[in-house]
Amino acid sequence: MAIARQKMMALNGDEAVAFAAKQSDVDVVAAYPITPQTIIVERFSEYVANGEVDTEFVCVESEHSALTSCLTAAATGARAFTATASAGLALMHEILYVTSGCRAPVVMAVVNRALSAPINIHCDHSDTMVERDCGWIQIYVENSQEAYDSVIQAFKIAENPRLMLPVMVGLDGFTLSHTLENVQTLPDNLVKQFVGTRQFPPVTNHEGKTVPFKLDSKTPLTIGPLDLYDYYFEHKRQQEEAMRIAPKIIQQVHEEYAEKSGRHYGDGLIEPYCLEDAETAIVCLGSTSGTIKTIIDKLRSKGTKAGLLRLRAFRPLPVKEITEALENVKAVAVMDRSLSFGGHGGAVFHEIRHILYDTSTHPYIVNYVYGLGGRDTHPNLIHKIYRDLQRILETQRVEKPVQFIGLRE
Amino acid sequence: MTTKEKGWKQISMAGVCWKPSTQYLTGDWKTYKPVRDLEKCTRCVLCVLFCPDGAINWKPEKNDIQFDFDFCKGCGICANECPLDAIEMKLEEET
Repeated sequence: MAIARQKMMALNGDEAVAFAAKQSDVDVVAAYPITPQTIIVERFSEYVANGEVDTEFVCVESEHSALTSCLTAAATGARAFTATASAGLALMHEILYVTSGCRAPVVMAVVNRALSAPINIHCDHSDTMVERDCGWIQIYVENSQEAYDSVIQAFKIAENPRLMLPVMVGLDGFTLSHTLENVQTLPDNLVKQFVGTRQFPPVTNHEGKTVPFKLDSKTPLTIGPLDLYDYYFEHKRQQEEAMRIAPKIIQQVHEEYAEKSGRHYGDGLIEPYCLEDAETAIVCLGSTSGTIKTIIDKLRSKGTKAGLLRLRAFRPLPVKEITEALENVKAVAVMDRSLSFGGHGGAVFHEIRHILYDTSTHPYIVNYVYGLGGRDTHPNLIHKIYRDLQRILETQRVEKPVQFIGLRE
Repeated sequence: MTTKEKGWKQISMAGVCWKPSTQYLTGDWKTYKPVRDLEKCTRCVLCVLFCPDGAINWKPEKNDIQFDFDFCKGCGICANECPLDAIEMKLEEET
């Protein structure tokens, strides 16, 4: 199929997200402003005020209420969207689990920001990493273009009748949210057609009738009231099953979107860069990947076999794809923009090291905690990581498995 | 109790109720049971209004109230609210 004619717009990350939500024909938006997500809510409320959308915009008193409104709207069959960051996401914690447990396909943009205290409005991934177990799909983007593309894809992923899982799209605070970029946008009708209308899987209600999975007085249904030791475990297993199917759906939606837009992000789950013959590699997610790609180009021109594995989907974790991508690398550095205090390294390190344990090649693996609270990740730091990996290969020894980089001693 | 229950592949997702709540007989939770003194009771129906479970019904054809022990959990609110002390909570096995 031919690639659609697109319009280039100058948008920052937040504006790109708001524009994508607008084009995705959202029925309900309930959101509470918090830096650096504020622009998303501002732009969207302008669309509503100008009559450019027929979305119901719910002004709520907190993020807890914002997500509750979206969850209940989604349960009635509406397409619901919200956005938050940092402390806002932390306040949603309880409802994150309720949303995934009720299988409400809400889409949420999270503009990654550090958690207090001390108060810090800048980027790190502490806010979303702490929510990795809550049953939401997590997609991390590299730039504003991908933020736009991913929000559109997120609706189609979330609402797949086999999944019915909420999706959060993470974009780096300020680095992406407040930085103007050229963003290619698809025509309104094409996006609307791509996302389509919501489909409802059939379920059996209390009368023994098969009804669509939505709250509708014509087909009565009760969603998520009470499970004790008799059925709670079974329902959690169902959520896990949906997560296991999710990688395939994410890939399919990504591929279908790529046919229309001409834009690929790896296979939709992971994006390898110069990884085929790489001896050393960094595993990273978010906007820092852009810096790393530039460094790799420089290193490659001097003959160093350096590569990058960017994780796009962190939940579900694409285990098979990561294994295949890293199996033949000799030394791997995992970059974590969050810290698990008292743990052995950060969240991404835990997963990657865990996966590589099952490979026969057992690459050397080290962890760098970086960029907390928006600390700049200078290209020199990336150079240092690749130099460290080279030294590990020469000495055949890992001296410090977990390190901080960009930190004053 | 789980042996006769359905597996995760058979049940509806998201904790959807697949039987009406009237099939859960919560009356077997109770330890104390309300016992009414028919001499004292004036059929003022305050107990009907106060019962949080709707387990006391007004029967106009009998001009009387009726306890539904399938759903009465024995909370004792009816006994507490009765202005004539016509309801007494007694251990169920003693009634």
